Amino acid sequence: MFYREAGDFKTSYDADSQTFPIAFDRYRYWVVLAVAFLVIPFVINDYWANALLVPFLIYAIAAIGLNILTGYCGQVSLGTGAFMAVGAYACYKLMTAFPDISILIHIILAGGITALVGAAFGLPSLRIKGFYLAVATLAAQFFLVWLFNKVPWFYNNSASGQISAPERFVFGIPVTGPNTEAWAMYLICLVFVTGSAIIARNMTRGSMGRKWMAIRDMDIAAEIIGVNPLRAKLSAFAVSSFFIGISGALFFAVYLGAVEVGEVFGINKSFLVLFMVIIGGLGSIFGAFAGAAFLVCLPVVLKLIGVDLLGWPPDLVAHFQLVIIGLMIMFFLIKEPHGLAQLWRVAKEKLRLWPFPY
Amino acid sequence: MKIQNLTALALSTALASGTAAADLVLPDLSYRTGAYAAGGIPFSDGYQDYLNMLNARDGGIGGEEIRIVECETGYNTEKGVECYESTKGEGALIYQPLSTGITYQLIPKATADNIPLHTMGYGRTSAANGEVFNWVFNYPANYWDAAGVIVNYLLEENGGDLKDKTLALVYHNSAYGKEPIRTLEALAEVHGFKFNPIAVDHPGQEQKSQWLQIRRERPDYVLMWGWGVMNQVAIQEAANIGFPMENFIGNWWSGAEHDVTPAGAGANGYKSLNMNRIGDLPVFADIKKHVHDAGNAAGDGSNIGTVLYTRGMYAAMLAQEAIASAQDIHGVSDVTPAMVRDGMEALDITAARMKELGMEGVGPEFSVTCEDHGGSGLGIVQQWNAADGKWVALTDYIEPADDITTPLVAEDSAAFAAENDITPGCYKG
Amino acid sequence: MSADFLYGIEVVLNGLMAGVMYALVALGFVLIFKASGIFNFAQGVMALFAALTLVGIMEGQVPFSHLINEIFGTEIHHFGWHVPALLAISLTLLVMVAFAWAVQRFLFKHLVGQEPIILFMATIGLAYFLEGFGDLMWGSNIKTLNLGLPQGGSRVIEDMTAKLGGDDFYGFFIDKLDMVATLVAIVLVLSLICFSQYTKQGRAMRAVADDHQAALSVGISLNFIWILVWSLAGLVALVAGVMWGAKSGVQFSLSLIALKALPVLMLGGFTSIPGAIVGGLIIGVGEKLFEYTIGPMVGGATENWFAYVLALMFLVFRPQGLFGEKIIERV
Repeated sequence: MFYREAGDFKTSYDADSQTFPIAFDRYRYWVVLAVAFLVIPFVINDYWANALLVPFLIYAIAAIGLNILTGYCGQVSLGTGAFMAVGAYACYKLMTAFPDISILIHIILAGGITALVGAAFGLPSLRIKGFYLAVATLAAQFFLVWLFNKVPWFYNNSASGQISAPERFVFGIPVTGPNTEAWAMYLICLVFVTGSAIIARNMTRGSMGRKWMAIRDMDIAAEIIGVNPLRAKLSAFAVSSFFIGISGALFFAVYLGAVEVGEVFGINKSFLVLFMVIIGGLGSIFGAFAGAAFLVCLPVVLKLIGVDLLGWPPDLVAHFQLVIIGLMIMFFLIKEPHGLAQLWRVAKEKLRLWPFPY
Repeated sequence: MKIQNLTALALSTALASGTAAADLVLPDLSYRTGAYAAGGIPFSDGYQDYLNMLNARDGGIGGEEIRIVECETGYNTEKGVECYESTKGEGALIYQPLSTGITYQLIPKATADNIPLHTMGYGRTSAANGEVFNWVFNYPANYWDAAGVIVNYLLEENGGDLKDKTLALVYHNSAYGKEPIRTLEALAEVHGFKFNPIAVDHPGQEQKSQWLQIRRERPDYVLMWGWGVMNQVAIQEAANIGFPMENFIGNWWSGAEHDVTPAGAGANGYKSLNMNRIGDLPVFADIKKHVHDAGNAAGDGSNIGTVLYTRGMYAAMLAQEAIASAQDIHGVSDVTPAMVRDGMEALDITAARMKELGMEGVGPEFSVTCEDHGGSGLGIVQQWNAADGKWVALTDYIEPADDITTPLVAEDSAAFAAENDITPGCYKG
Repeated sequence: MSADFLYGIEVVLNGLMAGVMYALVALGFVLIFKASGIFNFAQGVMALFAALTLVGIMEGQVPFSHLINEIFGTEIHHFGWHVPALLAISLTLLVMVAFAWAVQRFLFKHLVGQEPIILFMATIGLAYFLEGFGDLMWGSNIKTLNLGLPQGGSRVIEDMTAKLGGDDFYGFFIDKLDMVATLVAIVLVLSLICFSQYTKQGRAMRAVADDHQAALSVGISLNFIWILVWSLAGLVALVAGVMWGAKSGVQFSLSLIALKALPVLMLGGFTSIPGAIVGGLIIGVGEKLFEYTIGPMVGGATENWFAYVLALMFLVFRPQGLFGEKIIERV
């Protein structure tokens, strides 16, 4: 009844090629943006920012990046942690070498550097396919972490080997460092998330995205019809690493503030982002958000329920967290193997016909 | 709907705990799960048991009951941040994260939120400089002190001369493991021994190459800076290659019972540092009576008296003393974190006081000042007796190498101050 | 012969044995992937769970004791008995068979015909679940595994070979546990090969690995074969868990050995048992030699990433792994 395309006629080419052709979708999009930008910054507090919203936003960017590579282009990548580390270290070196330039530029430049590194490690994809490709990205994962640990230039010769983000300001408001307010952390991440999502959505809808999907579905056939596999695969790696690098820079500078590469950007991070992408739904921008929300918020919610509400000992709650997350993953996969995004799509389909059954 | 409920839930929990705060809140950022649970469980048990005993036996500190808020971090930095954020609102007085990674996160946050951080024997070593790190304390000793203590012990063993000996360091390839390298290099230059650092990648389950290298090179002494499974495997591999265990010395985080028991008899003679002297202290009887027998033990009660349990208890005792000192200075019993910070800065632990508390000689004597948050830096060397299944203290408290470490601390803290725009100086409240 | 050269040989020998330990873990992956196309991310956690169950049964631990004590306020931890090793191993095997049955009945039965990445994700969920479940059942503190396996270097070999080199050479160091592991691995692989070649069920397993539809059409029960395969993987996981746990104690880090097996799998091919063995040997020797020769120049601790670089180099020349099935693509 509300969610319909009947009676909605497009009168211009622009309107015809909108991202959200159905009016209800458009309004929903604007409402979500309004709430995110205009309402939440005023009600957010330190705990919500640090425990839920900021990690959710940052992982959403990483998941968008990985979704482009694995979901749209079909190249399995397990190097997400290391690429986030590249973004973080690039941001750190830029921040300490050019303290006067705005951190926003540093973050984007860090993304660019990560894109170059990602494209370089994506070269084996031209020869190796499927799960086996994961080995190239795993080599990247372990090698880069070792490199950042070993070469003192990366952490400015500090005695401890950790990097920490000095305080930086945007329009006079601190966004990194301990004096950052919750809403400032949240807003800077939100700006980057919105930008990334818009860019990613439009890229995947355009010819670049179609080339990626062609490679994913059947790369030999794609090559036959004229899709250059070198360009398509490397561009997928580059674009994906750009987003992952931005998320790594934000993770380091805004969220954590101090990072030790082995513990924070290890193989667990790579697996975590991959799980978000798979659970959220491969090949869908919304899926990146859904997966990130699931894997970031669910453990915190379970902990709140277990420890604060029910008063159980924290280690039992931690064990139950693992059990419940595992069960929910398996349950969702059985119910809807294509992820939460597919559930969303099916819901929208049904809503189009509501209240009629067919 | 769900989000609304959860908001209400979070708000009500925050409010509820806020209004109930007529007691002293001590958070316990523990890790009873994950790769380092073997070390985290006894430490947290000791910490909580001692505080619960204070409640049961003495009615708390200065008449105020202690409320422990445990939060499971799994040794994970992000969870550590989440635990910090969720517990700081409850009036947390002192944070002891027991993890170098989490400590680095919390140093700027705790400083900005004005809550003191006590990172005893771990964390950022240069926090000993109280003028730069007003809110961070790492008494009684830190990693660079540990390196100095080991070298001083070896000097004594070798009649004051280590020239031309080789010291190898098997270290966890992380910030924690790399801590002593700079100090040991400086000490190598001074005393003329060769220093050979050997890295072990996380988690340290596989160390065959490193120990084959040690077998080939035959260093005179091997030091270890490990944590978690790396300790157990290293000791096993050392026993396997037949390295003389009395020349194998680990730091105080590589010297617990669970590190040596998997290797069985092969671990006999392994030495480690300890910042505490362990033994059958009278306070354990009190803990048994008031806490374990009342069914209130933090864990399963089996860890009492072990190295890490004693250390956790020692950490709790230091927190107790800091709070008591704060109550003394400010004249109120319901202290705030800022008051506790003052209490920590005025702390003076004497042998008489430790005996009074039922733990004679459990730690070194030290006093904290505004400039020196690092304590005296003393440590003992203990040796594992596999037949009896006990650690035996070999020495009394040994001095560190202050002449080498003090300038290094100054240099590192100055760099931190420069990076973060801090003007060094005592905290003026 | 110079000491360096002899030490090089020692490194190669130890690398071969380390490779066998890796191959032990990789075998479990190969078994399941071959028969059902599922990349079992939970193999490492299965090794941990099997080792935990073995220790728990041997020590007479009460399962779920922490949970029971919390709910009912009791203080029970142990039954008080000690089960002898062989009986405990058989009981643990029964538990792993029950696990295999449960996984098949409740998880993979509903996911028949899905894409590989979905099945992979399901095993991820399984890994999370099993890890939490194992912790709940047996507790997350470290446990010592006491099966009477020999530890330590073989003094016999050391003394015998010490004369080969000069004063600098101390004899070859071969770990007794590694030798036992090699023997066990040989026995395991031989019996697996015999099983798959000469028994009816083994033939059925190979048929299922070849083509599910065809196997169904000749009357092979896919369900039964998959339970069988998962049970075998459970057995392999138990052996791997015991071998690795004997050295380091049974604790969470044991599940990380699966990461060591990944380059082995990729090098050897996901579908080949000899590939897992050969791949393990190559990776073991390669990474130890690299660490010995080039490691000191770059600062050490290179083993982690070099294994993957080695696998990558092989894959560039043979994209399906050394022994894997050639990927045939049709347009």
